[in-house]
Amino acid sequence: MTVKPIQTDVAIMGGGIVGSSAALALRRMGMQVVLLERDLCGSRSSGVNYGGVRRQGRPLSQLPLAQRAHRIWAELPRLIGTDGEYQRSGHFKIARSDADLAALEQYRTQSQDFDLGLEILSGSRLHTHCPWLGGKAVGGSLCAEDGQANPRLVSPAFALAAQRAGAQIFERSPVDEVTHDGQLFTLRSGAALQVQAPMLINCAGAWAGDLAAQFGEAVPLCARHPAMAVTEPLPFFMVWSLGVEGGGIYCRQVARGNLVLGGGSGVALDADRARSGRDAIAALSVQAVELLPALRHAHFIRTWSGTEGYLPDRQPVLGLSQTTPGLIHGFGFSGAGFQIGPAVGEVLAELARDGRSSTPIEAFSIERFLPAHAGPA
Amino acid sequence: MKKSLLQPVVVGAGPAGVRAAQTLVAYGVRPVVVDEAPRAGGQIYRRPPSNFKRPAQTLYGFEAARALAVHSTFDTLTNQIDYRPDSLVWNAQSGLLDVLHGPTQTTQRLPYQQLIVATGATDRVLPIPGWTLPGVYTLGGAQVALKFQGCAIGRQVVFMGTGPLLYLVAYQYAKAGVNVAAVLDTARLSDQLSAMPALLTQPAVLFKGMYYVAWLRAQGVVLHSGVRPLHVLGQTRVQAVVWHDGEKELTLACDAIGFGYALRSETQLADLLGCQFAFDPLQRSHLPERDGAGRASVAGVYLAGDGAGIMGADAAEWAGELAALALLTDNGVAVDSARARVLEQKLRQLRRFRTGLERAFPFPQNWAAQAPDDLVVCRCENITAGELRRTAQTSGADELNRLKALTRVGMGRCQGRICGVAAAEILAQATGQSVEQVGRLRGQAPIKPIPIHLVHASAPGVNA
Ligand SMILES: Cc1cc2nc3c(=O)[nH]c(=O)nc-3n(C[C@H](O)[C@H](O)[C@H](O)COP(=O)(O)OP(=O)(O)OC[C@H]3O[C@@H](n4cnc5c(N)ncnc54)[C@H](O)[C@@H]3O)c2cc1C
Ligand SMILES: Cc1cc2nc3c(=O)[nH]c(=O)nc-3n(C[C@H](O)[C@H](O)[C@H](O)COP(=O)(O)OP(=O)(O)OC[C@H]3O[C@@H](n4cnc5c(N)ncnc54)[C@H](O)[C@@H]3O)c2cc1C
Repeated sequence: MTVKPIQTDVAIMGGGIVGSSAALALRRMGMQVVLLERDLCGSRSSGVNYGGVRRQGRPLSQLPLAQRAHRIWAELPRLIGTDGEYQRSGHFKIARSDADLAALEQYRTQSQDFDLGLEILSGSRLHTHCPWLGGKAVGGSLCAEDGQANPRLVSPAFALAAQRAGAQIFERSPVDEVTHDGQLFTLRSGAALQVQAPMLINCAGAWAGDLAAQFGEAVPLCARHPAMAVTEPLPFFMVWSLGVEGGGIYCRQVARGNLVLGGGSGVALDADRARSGRDAIAALSVQAVELLPALRHAHFIRTWSGTEGYLPDRQPVLGLSQTTPGLIHGFGFSGAGFQIGPAVGEVLAELARDGRSSTPIEAFSIERFLPAHAGPA
Repeated sequence: MKKSLLQPVVVGAGPAGVRAAQTLVAYGVRPVVVDEAPRAGGQIYRRPPSNFKRPAQTLYGFEAARALAVHSTFDTLTNQIDYRPDSLVWNAQSGLLDVLHGPTQTTQRLPYQQLIVATGATDRVLPIPGWTLPGVYTLGGAQVALKFQGCAIGRQVVFMGTGPLLYLVAYQYAKAGVNVAAVLDTARLSDQLSAMPALLTQPAVLFKGMYYVAWLRAQGVVLHSGVRPLHVLGQTRVQAVVWHDGEKELTLACDAIGFGYALRSETQLADLLGCQFAFDPLQRSHLPERDGAGRASVAGVYLAGDGAGIMGADAAEWAGELAALALLTDNGVAVDSARARVLEQKLRQLRRFRTGLERAFPFPQNWAAQAPDDLVVCRCENITAGELRRTAQTSGADELNRLKALTRVGMGRCQGRICGVAAAEILAQATGQSVEQVGRLRGQAPIKPIPIHLVHASAPGVNA
C-alpha cells in the first residue's frame, strides 16, 4: 500500500460519546488526535439510547466518574454548542415493595459522601407529588439533579465539537487492521487511510473486544440490546425520568409529549443491528400501563434497540492496557455509559497525556479479567 | 409437496393479493390472506361498506368489469382460504407476523414459511405552503372518500399535482356531480407528447386517459398544464389556491383541494422482513429487490404489486399470480410454466409503458429547490424545509436517517410514510446529492401505530 500515514499523538477507534468526548478533551489539552468511526459518530449506542442522565443507582465505584460527568453536563452548551435537550428534571426510582424501598434507603446511606441529594418519598407525599403513578408504587427515591437528554443530538454534537476544536474525524472509516511495532500503532481503514500514533484509545463499544484480544487482553464482552419504544405525543404530565428498583422498565416524557420507554431485551439482526423484540414490546406495554395508567389509551409509534457491550460485572473496562504501552481501553459500559461518557472521555485524555487519571478508576481495570488476576482455583 | 410445511400467507387483498390467493387455491393450497381493510379489493377496487348500494359502474367506471372480476374471484375463494380482514400486519420477526385485529384490538402471531407481500401503495406527497389546512386531501384520499364513503371532499374542488390519478379522480368527481374548479398539472403538454410512443404500447390504457381529459374538457372543466403550485390560501380552511403558469401568478377560489404526485410503494413490511433494497431511478425511490417472478432477497418471501414498485392494477394482478407460481415452484409443485412465462413477458412489456408514464407526468425535479424555508414538510412534528436545510448545513448530515435523528422529521405518527419523500428531496437538494445518495428511512415496527393496551393482551403470561 502506498498511502502516506497520517501521524498524530493519539488515535481513537470508535466515535460514540466516549470516543468523541475523548477527542474533544485531547484537543482541549492541545494534543493532536485522529478519530476513526466506522459509521457515523454517535449513530450506535450513544445515539439510540434511552437518554437517561442519572447518577442514582450506579455502583459506588462509578460515582466519582458520574459526579465529574454531572459537572460537564451542566456545561454542555458552552462545551459542544447545544444543550442537547438536557434537563435536570429529576430521576425518580420507584419501589414496588417495602423491601425495594428499604434498598433505596440503603443506597441513599451508602452514597452519602457523593452529594447526590437523594430524597425518599412514600405514603401520602408520594401521591401528592405524583398523582399519575399507578397503584403498584409504594414509594421511591428522587434525585432532583439527575435528568435526561436527547442522545441523538448530544452524541453527534460531541464529535462535531471535537472536529471544530481541531480533531481529525473520519466517518464511514472502519478500522480494518491495527499493528504495533513497539512504538507506534498503525491503523488501516480500507486502502485509502492509514493513521500512526504512539497512543491508541480503544472505544469501539460492543465491538472493542477484538482489539483487546489482539493485544492479549481477551475479556468476556458480550453484546446486548436494550429494547426501546416511544408513544405518540401525549399532554405533558411528568417531568421526572422514572426507573424502577430491581429494573424492568424506565420511562420519561420529552417536552414534545412523547413517552420514551425502555426495558427488557431486543433481538439482534446481525453483529451490528438490533430491534426491539415483540416479547419485549409486549412486556413493556404491560408494565407501562401499570406504572402510568395515563398510558392506557396511548399508541406506540416506534420501537428500536441498539448494540451495547456488557461485561459480566456490569462495570466498564477503563484504563491502561496491561500488556501494551500506549494502548488505552474505554468500553463495555453495560447499558449505562451515556451519563458518564463525557467524564470517561476526559479520563481517557488524561491517561493519554499523563498516564493516569485524576478520577479513581481502579475498579474498571482490565486486569480483573486477565488470567494472572484469577484467584486460586 | 410437503403440504404441512406450506402454509403461505398473503399480505394484502388488492388485485395482487387476490390473484396470488386464487392461484394458490387453484393448486390445492389454502393460504392465509391478511388485509388491513374491512373488505377485499385493495386501493383501486376498494369496496364500500356492505350496506352501501352504489352500482359498480358508478364506483369504478371503465374499471367496473375488472373490479367485479377481482371481487367475485375473491368471494368465491372465501371457503378455500383463511381470510383475515381488518387485520394489520404491524411487525415481522423470525417466521412470525404480528397481526392487529382492528375491531377487537387484539394482536395475534401468525407463523409463515412462505409469504407474499402485496401491500400496495399510497399517495406520493410533495407539500406546498398551506397543505396542512383542512380541506386539502391527497388525490387518493379524495378518491377513497368518494368510493368508500360516497362523499366528496368539497363542493368546489381543485385537483393538482401530476400523474394518471390526477385526471382520473377529477373525472370521477365531475361524474359524481361535484364542481371541479380546475385541474392543475405540473407536467407540460410537451411531456405528454414526447411520451406518446411509449404510451402507445398500451393503447387501451392510453385512450382511457385521453378520454378522461377530453370528457373533462367537454364539460368545461379548466385544465392547466405546466403549472407550479405556489400555495393554498385560507384561514381556518381552504379558500383558494395560487399557482404560477410560467408567466404569471394565478389565484382560484375553491373549498377543497386534492393533490398528489403519483404513488409511492408501501415497503415497510419488506424492510422488516430483511429484504434487500435498491434504488429505482424510474420510481425515484429505494425498492425491495425482486427477480422477474417476484422472489425477494430473503428466502420464502415474494413481492407483488405496487408494494414493490408502482406498475398499476393490471400488472398487480399478473405479478400476484406470478409470485404465487414462483412460490409453488420453489416448493416442488409443478406449475403451468408457459403461463408463468406469459406473465413475465407481459410485465416486462409494461415496463416500457411505465417509462412513458413517468415521461408524461414527470416528477417535479425542482420541487425542493422551490420549496420555501417556512414550508412544513413533516406535519406530525411540524418540521419545516428551512429547518431541514439548516440542520444539513450545520451538522453535515448527508443521509436521511441522520437527518431524522437530528430534526425529528418522520418521527411522528406516520413514521415518514407521508413526509419521507419530501424530506429526501430537500436533503438531496441541500447537500447537492442525488435522492439515491441520501438513502431511505429504515423501517421500524410498528408499521402503523398500535395501541399499548392491545399489545398488552398478548403479553407473555397475560393471555397465554
Ligand atoms: C437502547 C440503549 C439504551 C441505553 N440507555 C442508557 C441510558 O439511559 N443511560 C445511560 O447512561 N446509558 C444508556 N445506554 C448505554 C449507553 O448508550 C452506552 O453505554 C454508551 O453510549 C457507550 O458509548 P460508547 O462510545 O462506548 O459506544 P458506542 O456509542 O457504541 O460507540 C462505539 C463506536 O465504535 C464504532 N466502531 C466499532 N468498531 C469499529 C471499527 N472497527 N472501526 C471504527 N469504528 C468502530 C461503532 O460504529 C460505534 O459508533 C443505553 C444503551 C442502549 C443500546
Ligand atoms: C388511494 C389510491 C387510489 C388509487 N386509485 C386508482 C385508480 O382509480 N385507478 C388505477 O388504475 N389505479 C389506482 N391506484 C393504483 C392502484 O391502487 C394500484 O395500481 C393497485 O391497486 C395495486 O394493487 P396491489 O394489489 O398491488 O395493491 P393495493 O390495491 O393497494 O392493495 C394492497 C392491500 O394491502 C393492504 N395492506 C397494506 N399494508 C398492509 C399491512 N401491513 N397489513 C395488512 N394489510 C396491508 C391494504 O389495506 C390493501 O388492501 C390507486 C392507488 C391508491 C393508493
